Amino acid sequence: MLRAPDDDFEVPGRRLGRAGLVMAQVLVLALFAVLAARLWYLQIPMWEHYRELAVANHHQQLIVPATRGQILDATGRPLVNNRTELVVSGDYHELTGMEDGGAKVLADLSEVLDVPLEELQQRMRLCGPEVSRPCWPGSPYQPVTLAEDVEPSVALQIMERADAFPGISAQAHAVREYPQGEHGSQMLGYLQPVTQEELEAREDLRTQFTGIDQVGRDGVEAVYDAQLRGTAGKRVLGVNNHGEVMEVISETPPEPGMHLVTHVDLGVQKVAEEALAEGMANARPRYKADSGAAIVLDVRTGGVVAMASLPTYDPAIWRGGIDQETFDRMLSEEAGEPLLSRAVQGTYPPGSTFKVSSLSAAAENGYSLRSTYACPGSVTLAGQSYSNYEGQGQGPLTLHRAIVVSCNTVFYNFGYQMWKEDGGLHPEGEPKEAMANMARGFGFGSPTGIDLPYETGGRIPDREWKRTFWQETRENNCYRGQHGYPEVAETDPSRAAYLKLLAYEQCVEGFEWRANEAINFSIGQGDVLVSPLQLANAYAAIANGGTLYEPRIGKALVSADGTRVQPIEPVVRGKLPISDETLRYLQDALTAVPKEGTARGAFAGFPQDRVSVAGKTGSADVEGRQVSSWFASYAPADDPQFAIVVLVSQGGTGGMTAAPIARAIYDGIYGFTNADAAAAGEAEGEEGATSAKPLLPGGKPTEELPTIRPDGSIDVLDR
Amino acid sequence: MSTYLGAPRTRSAELGRSAAGLARRLDWTLVGSVAVLCAVGSLLVWSATLPGDGGHPLDSTGHLRRHLLHLAVAWVLCLLVASVDHRTIRAYAPVAYLVTIIGLVLVLTPLGAVINGSRGWIVVGGFQFQPSELAKVGLVLILATLLGEPRDGEARPMTRDVLFCLVVLTAPLALVMAQPDLGTTLVLGAIFLGTLTLSGAPIVWVAGMLACGAFGAFCVWWFDMLEPYQLDRIATLMDPAADPMGAGYNSNQALIAVGSGGFNGTGLFQGEQTHGRFVPEQHTDFIFTVAGEELGFTGAVLVIGLFALILWRILRIAQGCEQPYPRLLCVGVAAWFGFQAFINIGMGLGIMPVTGLPLPFVSYGGTAIMANMIALGLVLGVHSRDRGFA
Repeated sequence: MLRAPDDDFEVPGRRLGRAGLVMAQVLVLALFAVLAARLWYLQIPMWEHYRELAVANHHQQLIVPATRGQILDATGRPLVNNRTELVVSGDYHELTGMEDGGAKVLADLSEVLDVPLEELQQRMRLCGPEVSRPCWPGSPYQPVTLAEDVEPSVALQIMERADAFPGISAQAHAVREYPQGEHGSQMLGYLQPVTQEELEAREDLRTQFTGIDQVGRDGVEAVYDAQLRGTAGKRVLGVNNHGEVMEVISETPPEPGMHLVTHVDLGVQKVAEEALAEGMANARPRYKADSGAAIVLDVRTGGVVAMASLPTYDPAIWRGGIDQETFDRMLSEEAGEPLLSRAVQGTYPPGSTFKVSSLSAAAENGYSLRSTYACPGSVTLAGQSYSNYEGQGQGPLTLHRAIVVSCNTVFYNFGYQMWKEDGGLHPEGEPKEAMANMARGFGFGSPTGIDLPYETGGRIPDREWKRTFWQETRENNCYRGQHGYPEVAETDPSRAAYLKLLAYEQCVEGFEWRANEAINFSIGQGDVLVSPLQLANAYAAIANGGTLYEPRIGKALVSADGTRVQPIEPVVRGKLPISDETLRYLQDALTAVPKEGTARGAFAGFPQDRVSVAGKTGSADVEGRQVSSWFASYAPADDPQFAIVVLVSQGGTGGMTAAPIARAIYDGIYGFTNADAAAAGEAEGEEGATSAKPLLPGGKPTEELPTIRPDGSIDVLDR
Repeated sequence: MSTYLGAPRTRSAELGRSAAGLARRLDWTLVGSVAVLCAVGSLLVWSATLPGDGGHPLDSTGHLRRHLLHLAVAWVLCLLVASVDHRTIRAYAPVAYLVTIIGLVLVLTPLGAVINGSRGWIVVGGFQFQPSELAKVGLVLILATLLGEPRDGEARPMTRDVLFCLVVLTAPLALVMAQPDLGTTLVLGAIFLGTLTLSGAPIVWVAGMLACGAFGAFCVWWFDMLEPYQLDRIATLMDPAADPMGAGYNSNQALIAVGSGGFNGTGLFQGEQTHGRFVPEQHTDFIFTVAGEELGFTGAVLVIGLFALILWRILRIAQGCEQPYPRLLCVGVAAWFGFQAFINIGMGLGIMPVTGLPLPFVSYGGTAIMANMIALGLVLGVHSRDRGFA
């Protein structure tokens, strides 16, 4: 211990100093205790907090996007595949957070990219109600695509001079390519950047979001999005403070999306589209022929061998964000709304093609298939006159004949009788609704369940529908019935009076299912609406012996290395509610139509002895529009493989426009050369059907799947 | 038990003492603490200077070897100084002071080199040399000489002595500020205040100086004499998270490094913050964060504890001094080490503003280590000769 020396008093400074030194020691201990306490606080209670910050600091998680699977036709030909391109994108928050809002960076970029500055600025904006394209439809947290398909040399300039382009990045990015151009656009669908809502709703998107992700927005791209997308890989990198990668901490490789092999045969698809386009062109200028659809179904599986919808468009427009002008045009009526699939989303009155349902309803409800029925030129039912198309009468005929010549008056009678049996305007008890129920049994009135989004269900009207509709429209009708149509009266007082009366009637008795409605229903007119796909599916069921399938575009999903094959099995939706006798009767009648009935002209010269076609024409009227042309068919009649339905909206009668289109498709499938003479009505006989190369050899849909090798290459089936 | 040796009979006799004799008289607690600190420091410098590419630490020992060389030279200097009688050294104090002043003037001439925004280096033939570090030794010596040997037979320094000391302080202070080097300026001020406070000078002067220090700091702030980055650093201290990528970046990253170390640390060479170079100047100014991250609380608190022990020992040696001069020598050194260590560690812990000061005995830097060791040698020399223990 310290001991006070003797000379303590002689050195006063020393005593003072000693007191000070003790204080200094205390001060030192206190200060260093503070340091230790602070150290403890940072490292023990706050450890987890700082640990997280440290991890966030030097762990950079990179999402490695999986290559999206291709969409292949049945033989392995690509309908949609991928191409690698360099995309330049900007960080929205970083750029807008700059003092000048990123103006200088964008200006520099515009020079390097040789793109007008204005365009870059527009693309940088977020889309909204006030902001129209070009703008960024995605989330502000994802990099905004500023330029796509950039030259590698340009991208390199940007990457090398990262300091000069803060917030700008260039990266390789697989983009969808459409090697077949406009073919099958609506069915294939398209990709669009993920929206914030989608990101929030779908966890599989959120957890592997790369920032430039796109999702399928329509067609099979949307329906099979999850499978086509694959699983993104994740790479956790250890980085230093300059963002330089020091090490790879963990890596999960991406699992490429599966390829979707479809039932579609590219050759048939092209023929269908070409035949449809040509048929529509032929119908003009007499008819508007504004749009059309052609569907080829594999009747044994419900597979979609071809599905054409016109007008169509080139899906390349979607790449890299569509501009507002193009987008508006896509939705406009002048352009014919090419995004809309007429086959799946369009609804039309089916006309006489619907008679298969009406005949079945009659046959299953006591009207003998062996009797004959009168087919006058016109009938008067419930005080109203109904006539045949062009007013021709045929005298008594069998139902077979009624189908072949498409006699309306026979079916009018059926409709009227069944309506009366149900109690007419005032049914007692539960009406049978035989006609409507049979139609539903054929799959009308509800979506077919095809693997495409936004499918329509069509409409099968009956008493119940009428009542619901009346309740919905009643308020307006009653108002109009009371107050009339003064705005119409100014120009056309008599029409206004008529409309007022109509509204009044609707208001008072609009819930009534009236005789004329039941009568029109029987020939597929009035309020009946079906989609071409529903009709094709119904005819496929007639062809295959009564099984209604859910149509399928997809045939199988095959992993990118070919090791895993996941077939998409046919789904049976139900059986036609008709007896085998009725079915066979229907088949016979339909088989006769292209030989001796309304489609005779269209099939003149077609080698019916080799491939017998069964079908029915339809010509549907809607008030204020031209007649729409239908042809619903299947072939071969003795061993059905394909059902083909063609619709041309406002395209004339079925025999004149739709049937020749269907014939052209059959010609293509079987490799028959369609003699132009056929259209002119010159029957050339069987010799006219010289063979070209059939699109589907053996007249059957492709059964086996294309081979996908471990290296990812695809062997196209050589047929 | 050792005996009081009294005044040397002759200088040659003094110098002739055997190394064994010196060894017997050394304060082994102090020497041991500093040695452990140097050893820990070497490991930390090694870790902090690894390229961080995952290579083996033995493949990159460039900085470590230079650091060990500095240490070896510094220890030799330390023992040399310790073996010389402090009264002899006192005789050369004015010379040492003048030499450091010349050095400080030279750095401001074209001979000086600018490193990290401060003109504080003289580079001669591949050797970098930092006169301001030696100025600390020079100031400690001259202040102890002036305040520990009052003129005219006074028992303690009077006003005149204090005024003279102020003049003596002003020269190096002004020169260091001109570099500019705020950290060293503050250390010089701390040495002056510490020595003056414990010199027995009139209490008015002590209080006045402390007040002047506080007022000066206020003026500097008020009249915007600090560089903007220095103001930012002080502002950052108040809230390091306010601007993590700006002025607060260093401080914030230092906190993350220390905080993420936890109780046991990540292990030597394993610190992700350290090897990702998120903390700047980590082998010099922010060396403590390496200890915090890699050695954890156990290692870092050991460093703090060693400093406390070293300072405690130095102040104990001061207490044992019969004469004011050796006592003030120890006090000056203690003020220097204490202030510098507290500021440096406090900076790593986010409670002191970021100023470029190395951690004594630990940080990389040849001149600083030699200056520290020379100062340690002065204390050890005092201990070996001027103990009041019976």
